[in-house]
Amino acid sequence: MDIFAQQLVNGLVLGSIYALVALGYTMVYGILELINFAHGEVTMVGAMVALAVMGALLGVAPDLPGILVVIGGALVAIPACILLGYTIERVAYRPLRQAPRLAPLITAIGVSIILQNVAMLIWGRQYIAFPPILPQATFQIAGAQVSALQIFIVLLSGIAMAGLWFMVQRTRLGRAMRACGESREIASLMGVDVNRIISTTFIIGSALAAVAGLMVSAYYGLAHYYMGFMLGLKAFSAAVLGGIGNLGGAVLGGLLLGVIEALGAGYIGDLTGGFLGSHYQDVFAFLVLIAVLVFRPSGLLGERVAQRA
Amino acid sequence: MSLHTFGWSVLALALLAGCSQKDDGKTVVRIGSVAPLTGAQTHIGKDNENGARLALDEINATGLTLGGKPVRLELIAEDDGAEPKTATLVAQKLVDAGVAGVIGHLNSGTSIPASKLYNAAGIPQISPSATAVKYTAQGYQTAFRVMANDAQQGAALGQFAVKTLKAQKIALIDDRSAYGQGLADEVEKAVRAAGGTVIDRQYTTDKATDFSAILTAIKGKGADLIVFAGMDPQGGPMAKQIKSLGLKAQLLGADGIQNGNFIKLAGADAEGAIASSPGLPLDKMPGGPTFKQRFNAQYGEIQVYAPYAYDAMQVFVAAMKRADSADPKKILAELTKTDHTGVTGQIRFDAKGDTVGGAVTLYQVKNGTWAPLATVQ
Amino acid sequence: MIAALRERPRLSLALLAVLLAVLPFVTGVLIGQSGVRMLDFALLYVLLALGLNLVVGYAGLLDLGYIAFYALGAYFYAWLASPHFGLHLPFWMILPMGTLFAAAFGVLLGAPTLRLRGDYLAIVTLGFGEIIRIFMNNLDAPVNLTNGPQGMDLIDPIQIAGIGFSGTQEVFGLVVQATHLYYYLFLAFTLAAILFAYRLQDSRIGRAWAAIREDEVAAAATGINTRNLKLLAFAMGATFGGLAGGLFAAFQGFISPESFNLMESILILCMIVLGGMGHIPGVIVGAVLLTILPEALRYIGDLQRAMLGEVVVDAANLRMLIFGLALVLMMLYRPAGLWPSRQRRRELTAEGEVVRHEQESLVDVQR
Repeated sequence: MDIFAQQLVNGLVLGSIYALVALGYTMVYGILELINFAHGEVTMVGAMVALAVMGALLGVAPDLPGILVVIGGALVAIPACILLGYTIERVAYRPLRQAPRLAPLITAIGVSIILQNVAMLIWGRQYIAFPPILPQATFQIAGAQVSALQIFIVLLSGIAMAGLWFMVQRTRLGRAMRACGESREIASLMGVDVNRIISTTFIIGSALAAVAGLMVSAYYGLAHYYMGFMLGLKAFSAAVLGGIGNLGGAVLGGLLLGVIEALGAGYIGDLTGGFLGSHYQDVFAFLVLIAVLVFRPSGLLGERVAQRA
Repeated sequence: MSLHTFGWSVLALALLAGCSQKDDGKTVVRIGSVAPLTGAQTHIGKDNENGARLALDEINATGLTLGGKPVRLELIAEDDGAEPKTATLVAQKLVDAGVAGVIGHLNSGTSIPASKLYNAAGIPQISPSATAVKYTAQGYQTAFRVMANDAQQGAALGQFAVKTLKAQKIALIDDRSAYGQGLADEVEKAVRAAGGTVIDRQYTTDKATDFSAILTAIKGKGADLIVFAGMDPQGGPMAKQIKSLGLKAQLLGADGIQNGNFIKLAGADAEGAIASSPGLPLDKMPGGPTFKQRFNAQYGEIQVYAPYAYDAMQVFVAAMKRADSADPKKILAELTKTDHTGVTGQIRFDAKGDTVGGAVTLYQVKNGTWAPLATVQ
Repeated sequence: MIAALRERPRLSLALLAVLLAVLPFVTGVLIGQSGVRMLDFALLYVLLALGLNLVVGYAGLLDLGYIAFYALGAYFYAWLASPHFGLHLPFWMILPMGTLFAAAFGVLLGAPTLRLRGDYLAIVTLGFGEIIRIFMNNLDAPVNLTNGPQGMDLIDPIQIAGIGFSGTQEVFGLVVQATHLYYYLFLAFTLAAILFAYRLQDSRIGRAWAAIREDEVAAAATGINTRNLKLLAFAMGATFGGLAGGLFAAFQGFISPESFNLMESILILCMIVLGGMGHIPGVIVGAVLLTILPEALRYIGDLQRAMLGEVVVDAANLRMLIFGLALVLMMLYRPAGLWPSRQRRRELTAEGEVVRHEQESLVDVQR
């Protein structure tokens, strides 16, 4: 039983990471109906910048408490990602807002490739280690080993979702965002500055990506120029699973996907007598995505129809 | 000349006439060296090239005569970018250039497709570092290697796990790369042969960072030893997650994690991990210390496989000397009779082109560095 | 000169034919056999790009998993012509079956995506591409179908009239290199594919695809069976991919899953985007350009090594960056490609009027 509990914890933590990234996808999609392929890469840049800053901080003041160093890294990584996200939208997506659908999608793939390779030129191809500065406290909960960082990650994704939900549902900015999501043309007729709202959405999503990137590299102890791609793909699957455009859906989808992957990798080998095994872990995410799109294109919590994409 | 049409022959003759007589009046014999010189493995690739080049320079300095004529060796260093497709392009380039032999390629994934072309052209190929079993198992008479292959390393790992570590319940993880999967299969065989039990086999990828699910599954089966066949970017975080999940199992890896990066990525959790590496530690190699001196003077620090590239070149030229000719066919006949004591130890080839009795050394992380633990022959 | 040629299409066609016929010999003299080998690869990529162009350029379905069909074709050839199962069928039997096999998968994978468009389709096809690769990588157990990550080797070369395409062979008393033989074989297939693609473009099917691409609802309203036609697009695209895959397996003699990764899919997409989506000459130029470019970049690396002793700017690091930049810049400044079709150019230069019209119709569909 404790093994099952442990697998659940593994899945929930992995899922929370997916959820953090998925929130960024879902926000942009909700307003622009664009898969911001580069979102995973923004996450990667967040991790890389934070690690670079933390390395520099530790070089100057090696005795600084670990938490402060991490906060220092975040304080630089967040503005850096905001700037990046804003620039991507201005340079690569905005000029194509009136173009056929294929165009911004291809640009998004292009931006993603550019960011990966620029990161590789700056930080090299080697995996970069996260400095061992965070406390390694672990607890026993229902027979499962849980670390403080894991609890923090799960809480953070919940807080981020709640905060975003409040902003979208209860503030003027949120109302403008929802209006743009409904119809950009009509929103602009109603006096909403559509460009400003879209920029703001990218800024918020990118800030979130920076935090997510930092969390991922702290949790796994490393960062790498390629880390954003698969993460982004999985997170997007999670967003679709939950119902794209829906904040609660992104978190639900993330958690579900994480648990499916963990339980799948953990048990499918024994269930199928070794026919399928953990080598198909990445297949599960894609199969879930395809199944959702085929049978319930609106996702678990979504009301919209995927066909509009 | 039957290799070319008439027109080609004329052209080739013209080219040969143009190139082979250099100003010092010596006949030039070309030898290829292929390794990734761009991309992720640039530093290892350059290392291989330097090893081959050092041997070649030393031979040129002492002078070489073939068939009574003074000969100067020339190294054509090519870049395969560690890509199978590029490897065939580069191999074709070397065949075009009329090399007498090739030292390379670095990876198994490139050595295998390239070996087809060298075999068709009858040019001997000695890889310093390709370890996949398949490379020499294709039935090509032209393919040789000077390093213990995955079967030999896997056998050593499996035996060590059962006989020395006395592991009862062994779990295997591989990264589904050609290297990881091949090695894990060999370890599994060796463990069974030595009377051990493999209780679980799990898989990951060479890009993964989360191993909690498979490690938890292994924990559930109560493994006391985890053998990981893969590289350091996965091995490092895996070592961390083994500790944070509270597994008591020992981690045993292969040459993919036997490097400094593994220790950097795993941090304190690297302590106690054991990994194998083909060959002897450099200071235990018969010619290791003096080789290190000569190499450092020319090219700086040794990365990994330079001693093997050096030996591959020495073995090749020795065969050339015995054949007293630069004709690949004659060299090939002599290569199979090789019995050479090189930097890395004694080198002899079996019928397939594998080295006979290659040594495998096991290392353990102690105080943040890899310390030699035992050598298995 | 060019204007003169344009007025005399027959002469220019004849010139082109002569050029293509002597190209491997010229390349052989200038660069060597490795250059001819490069030409062979370029032709394979032209085949792939033409196939993807049917799906993306004609029917407007963004497929990011196209390499899967290349993989299926390659593995199919390897299954029937290697020691793996001990089968050694001749290529003229395997290739048609292989293309059918790939086409069947095209329909199979296309069917669930029929209701999806645009970005969802891209993600799902990407997923399919990865799934196929993961299966190829893992189907060495419980039944060894693919030899897993080790790949399949000793694949039979193509053999025509007793002449095996490997090493050097005597043909009619002349000694020729296998790379030359493959060149002419690939050229024949490519020319047939080009002809096929041209005929398809102006056929009922081609026009129906264009209608679907521009406005699916309107197309359906005019009585076009969008479901069947979209499946047909996937199947035809897959056919090209499967053919190229089989040829690749025979040519290379060794295949492994790492040759069929996502980056290859994106590379082929780059080729058609760069050259000009939906325009056959553009697609060909794009494919040839992007095959030769990395090799040209490699020479820059060699040059640096020769002159400076080390590689200062690593072309392998820059290659993907250049591709990414090309994708973005092309979309921003030349959305119709380097060599766009006359029609597309007209559409795009009409001060965006047509484009906006197109967009409006899309918006209507969405609401």
